[in-house]
Amino acid sequence: MKHSELISRILIATVVLLTVATPLYIWKRTPLIHAQMSEAGGWTPGILKANAGEPLHLRFTSDDVIHGFAVGQLDMDSIDIEPGKVTDITLIFDKPGIYTFFCTRWCGVNHWRMRGTIEVSGSDPEPTPASVPLYVTLDVDIDAPHESPAVPDRQPSAIRGWELAQGLDMAALADPELYKSSSPYQIFQQLENTSHSDAEKWDMVAYSWQFNTTSEQLASGRQLYAQNCAACHGETGAGDGVFADDIADAGEASMESMSGAMASMMQSPANFTDPKRMLGASPAILQGKILRGGMGTGMPMWGSIFKEEQIWDLVAYLYSFQFEYEE
Amino acid sequence: MNRIELTRNRFLKNILVNRYPQLAVFMVMLVGYIFAILAGLIGTPVGSHNFSIVFVWIAWWAVLILVAVPFFGRGWCAICPIPLPGEWLQRGAVLAPPDKKPMWLNLRWPKALRNIWLQNISFLLLALFSSVLLTTPNITGIVLAVMLFGAIGLSTIFERRAFCRFLCPVGGFIGIYSQIAPIELRIKEKQVCASCIGKPCYNGSAAGYGCPWDVFPGGLTKNTYCGLCMECIRTCPHDNIAVSLRPFSADLAKPSTRMDEAFKAFIMFGSAMIYAGVLLGPWGFLKDAAYNVGTGAWFVYVLAFLVLIFGVLPGTFSLGFLSTKNPIPFKQRFASLSTSLIPLGLMFWVAFSLSFVMTNASYIMAALSDPLGLGWNLFGTADAVWQPMLTTILAPAQTLSLVGGLIWSARTAQKAANEVQVSSLPLIAYSFIATVIMLWLLL
Repeated sequence: MKHSELISRILIATVVLLTVATPLYIWKRTPLIHAQMSEAGGWTPGILKANAGEPLHLRFTSDDVIHGFAVGQLDMDSIDIEPGKVTDITLIFDKPGIYTFFCTRWCGVNHWRMRGTIEVSGSDPEPTPASVPLYVTLDVDIDAPHESPAVPDRQPSAIRGWELAQGLDMAALADPELYKSSSPYQIFQQLENTSHSDAEKWDMVAYSWQFNTTSEQLASGRQLYAQNCAACHGETGAGDGVFADDIADAGEASMESMSGAMASMMQSPANFTDPKRMLGASPAILQGKILRGGMGTGMPMWGSIFKEEQIWDLVAYLYSFQFEYEE
Repeated sequence: MNRIELTRNRFLKNILVNRYPQLAVFMVMLVGYIFAILAGLIGTPVGSHNFSIVFVWIAWWAVLILVAVPFFGRGWCAICPIPLPGEWLQRGAVLAPPDKKPMWLNLRWPKALRNIWLQNISFLLLALFSSVLLTTPNITGIVLAVMLFGAIGLSTIFERRAFCRFLCPVGGFIGIYSQIAPIELRIKEKQVCASCIGKPCYNGSAAGYGCPWDVFPGGLTKNTYCGLCMECIRTCPHDNIAVSLRPFSADLAKPSTRMDEAFKAFIMFGSAMIYAGVLLGPWGFLKDAAYNVGTGAWFVYVLAFLVLIFGVLPGTFSLGFLSTKNPIPFKQRFASLSTSLIPLGLMFWVAFSLSFVMTNASYIMAALSDPLGLGWNLFGTADAVWQPMLTTILAPAQTLSLVGGLIWSARTAQKAANEVQVSSLPLIAYSFIATVIMLWLLL
């Protein structure tokens, strides 16, 4: 063989080998967390590990549509993960524990399923015991029907209620403990012996609800709702979000895959503009439903994601679909 | 005869004859091709950010259809990396012929398949799956790999470049459209070839290999099957081969009489119209049908595609020259007259490609910097924003291509009609209607 032929062959072999090996090597050494719609696999990997106090560097890419990333219980802004691009984030966890991360973009009908966990190990010098949810303390069955037997003829107004309540002992009526454990209807009943009309009584109930919240809480609740709830429950709370129909359609199908005691069905999202539903529900029930989730109905559990005060903010905001509050 | 012989220039001829410049280009192309396969298989599944999709279906396609084919004919085939590994294996060398040839089967390609029908089929197969192929990196990677390894396999079984000549899905249309290009490889003196002993251009010699495209250069009258590989320039002992500039579409003056080529013209011309409707049109159900491979809607789409190309288009075309009094057989008339669709078809593809290439060209910069979607930024352009380019000249450029194609096709039709003694008017009317439809689809 001529020298020129031999050298050319070696050159070709080397170049081809490098062309194959280099990208493969770099690809292998570039750990990426892939985000895909849940039906295509969700987060891969879905379980991440970290050490408390040490920075955790994460690199994300989306394989289909735009997704978002945020970690529950953490004060952080969510980041967007764009298809075909890589997004970086560095997190530091102060306390060990199992954290939930979740998609923050409405990526598809199974958006709410798109979650993963970060297991943060380390020792915690001051462990904080988990607080027991109010509905557990009160021993309320949050799955039991809670329809209000009576509903107002007009939308209750906290502004009118404030005028009516002048001179009344609101402190008793609007006691925070009472507020959290009572449904609006129960407070309505407590006003039975007053000389006011039913409509006026409902106005006073609305006022007592506003009394137990602040405009900051309502604003925070509004924002949380818009980001996390409106996709299914709708911007106006009517249970008609962009995914509502798809979830209802998925109901039958979800039923077929389950049997016996496990049988549960994806349901149409709750309608917060329905006075029967809302005026018969105490804040404790709503908090419980948000915290625990709907157990197979399609409502995810938010206890691992929202902080306790965030859930109360959301609960306060939910009643604004019933009550007219002062701006 | 209006030819400018490029190979008269010593420098240029040396570049073509010397094996190293060609080898250097081959290496670059092969690296790009292998990288495209890898990118398709391991890179991001997001097509618009994957090197395989962006470089094959946007960049390569743009260069092929807008520049390479119209101006250089089979210029792409001259540098295509797909047959290289197989050919090196078959030859037992990457440079000049070795002293000892390797023992492969070296079979002759079956006679029944010595036409471009298999290429018509392979193109149609890709065309029918194109919505998925053109958007899914994985599939693109697999198809590219299948072509590379398919070519290697064929090289070990059959002689010469069987894959290029009889199977390559793009080779077929590059061939018929290369007749348009203002460049050709031909012999200088017929007499020299006639008296040449041994015909080393076809049979090979120590200086080079026998024509890989299975063509005897002495008989070349059109570009269709000459791959511009330059072997015959190397082997000709009489310096009787020339690469020349010539007027556009010179080969179309002598219309083909082959049915496989005639239908190739219909396949290309028809699929340009279908693509314009499906990929650029406003009809969502068409896109869904084309994309959801395997569904009922897709089968309907396939059926409609095939009926249009093999039934409706050739059928209505034939209406113009059905006369039974004509002494020339119908088949021959059909094949000759379909030549008029070659310039029209190419210009349809140019007009169609302009819109999607200009719309998507900005992906090239981003994919260049981050070809696998791993977060690299090699050239600082990874975050280049998607933006359609040259939008103001797009519609005028498309109109110009289509109207130009129509005039070109009309002139070709006149020549072909003369040859087979029919009126060119129905053919021109046919091209006119097709152009109006295409204008409506694109604008």
